[in-house]
Amino acid sequence: MQNGEDLKTKAKEALAKKGAFGKDFELDRYDAAPRDLSPVDDLSEISDDVQKSMVNVGILPSGEGRSGSMLFMDNSVVHSSTRKVDGLEMMSTRQALAKYNGLKEYSWRLVSPDKDKYTARSFLEDADGYFIRVKAGSKVEMPVQTCMLIGSDKKAQEVHNIIVVEEGASLDILTGCSTGKHADESLHLGMSEIYIKDGGKLTFSMIHSWGKKTGVRPRTAIQMGANAQFVNNYVLLRPVDSIQSYPVAYVNGANSSVKFNSICVSHPGSEIDMGSMAVLNAPGTGAEIVSRSITMGGKMIARGRLVGNAPKVKAHLECRSLIMKEQGITLAIPELEASVPDVEMTHEAAVGKIAREQVEYLMARGLTEDDAVGMIVRGFLEGGIKGLPDALKQEIDEAMSSANLGN
Amino acid sequence: MLKIEDLHEEVEGREVLRGINLEIGPGQTCVLFGPNGSGKSTLLATIMGFGQFKVTQGRIFFQGTDITNMPIDERARMGIGMLLQRPPNVVGLKLGDLVKAASCEDMDVNHLAEDFRMKAFLDRDVNVGFSGGELKRSELLQLTAQNPRFLLLDEPESGVDMESIDLVGEKIHDLLYDTKQCGREKENESVSALIITHTGEVLKYIGADCAYIIRDGKIRCSGRPMDLLKEIKDKGYGECIACRMVKI
Repeated sequence: MQNGEDLKTKAKEALAKKGAFGKDFELDRYDAAPRDLSPVDDLSEISDDVQKSMVNVGILPSGEGRSGSMLFMDNSVVHSSTRKVDGLEMMSTRQALAKYNGLKEYSWRLVSPDKDKYTARSFLEDADGYFIRVKAGSKVEMPVQTCMLIGSDKKAQEVHNIIVVEEGASLDILTGCSTGKHADESLHLGMSEIYIKDGGKLTFSMIHSWGKKTGVRPRTAIQMGANAQFVNNYVLLRPVDSIQSYPVAYVNGANSSVKFNSICVSHPGSEIDMGSMAVLNAPGTGAEIVSRSITMGGKMIARGRLVGNAPKVKAHLECRSLIMKEQGITLAIPELEASVPDVEMTHEAAVGKIAREQVEYLMARGLTEDDAVGMIVRGFLEGGIKGLPDALKQEIDEAMSSANLGN
Repeated sequence: MLKIEDLHEEVEGREVLRGINLEIGPGQTCVLFGPNGSGKSTLLATIMGFGQFKVTQGRIFFQGTDITNMPIDERARMGIGMLLQRPPNVVGLKLGDLVKAASCEDMDVNHLAEDFRMKAFLDRDVNVGFSGGELKRSELLQLTAQNPRFLLLDEPESGVDMESIDLVGEKIHDLLYDTKQCGREKENESVSALIITHTGEVLKYIGADCAYIIRDGKIRCSGRPMDLLKEIKDKGYGECIACRMVKI
């Protein structure tokens, strides 16, 4: 194992290493956002502005119906609380590192500090974030909600999250990421390392809603044991400058399954480069990647990669994209890789425009053209994705009704 | 209620309708016969305003208003409703949401759907995987929610199984006559209809006032629906038209 100094040296060298995809951000332009914001006991004590931003990304300040809530603002843990739920543990990553002797098993094990400049910066800044663990056998009924908010303009938010779902445990996480009113031109670097052990189950649902000039560089990796399940739902509907994300799940235990669903809308000036990768290293494992996107004039890249390294692997990848407005660019890049013969892996990709026949059919029922297009696009985005949490559906409905979808 | 004057129309540069003249009064139900490819469906789709059908000459009036170039949704809101022969699939859109959106007032969609044996379909994507009979029931459910004053029905009985045909017939009857539960008197005289049928099956459930035969994009003949149907069945379209030679 590499020691801390080695990693530090490598990370320093990687500070100049551009990301594999997406436009390059000069990190020197962004100072670290404040680390010392005052904590609050109750989320309802937070300013109305911030509460509004939270609600926009599905986070309830009341904490109602949630097992726990965490608000990470700029680079400070402003709030962290859990109900008395057996087996659920949530605290800041730094606290966890101190409490558990550096979390050597989990911290910076799935995401390499020297992967690129964004991981390097987060590592070197000793980024804080949340640590959530569910103890073996515990089934957490209500979801945990976490909110990452950037409140300072021209600053970088560096986040390092660690999630551990132990053997036979289950957890739902709803996470919302957003920028405050005055923090448009900022940078979000989000490192997430997720461990799902044998028989564990995690549903991770994320809504992003950034500023028009915000840069977003998440780096996420998931490691799964046997008979484990992971569902990742991702929704991005509002304008952003550039987001590039390519989470990867290493499915290392037999009979586990992973599902990545993403729903994206690319507005003029936005560049969205959204991928998902599943590496199926154990027999009988399965993966499904479903991507639905529309471009309203921005650039949309949908990547997907399935890797089959074990027999009896079954995996499917589906990218569908609609171009709603001129100047929109969409690029679907589905990839399949197999290193053993006994695999069943398929993909389909479709890029096109909304079917006029469908629009007119709805208009013949008395709907205006805008309403008809809105209903069809909502259906297109949500269709094919089963079990989408209500908070996500609500966000889709709201974003679509405020978006000018008609021509 | 509907008046069509010298209507010429083309699809992808090919002229399909070649001078249609037609008038349907309030409460009148007319039937449209004609061989395949004669222009029947095109005429209905042109009245509804579907975009691929381009009017090159002539005018369409509805309740005195020239609707020739009016958008589809405005025609629908004026009271024109159409049952499509082959409605498109709309993946991701639930039938229940469409019925709700189409209904003009607060309507108990669940209750209504039960009447059409479509309750289990409200959560399904519109038309996706529906059988022939289910498609027609779905169309009629949507139309009933929409409550139009002028019905365009494109082969409402085609592809309908024996079990559904009575229901389909009854629902068309209800759309036309606002039937009360007991007593089948005509309560509202103002609903009109233009119906395409090949078999005349639908005429077992509703009364029709007039019938037209359309061929090669022109109305060639008119008469009493049952008379025309009998002649078409006995002699085929060619002889039927040659025999009558009625100038419209």
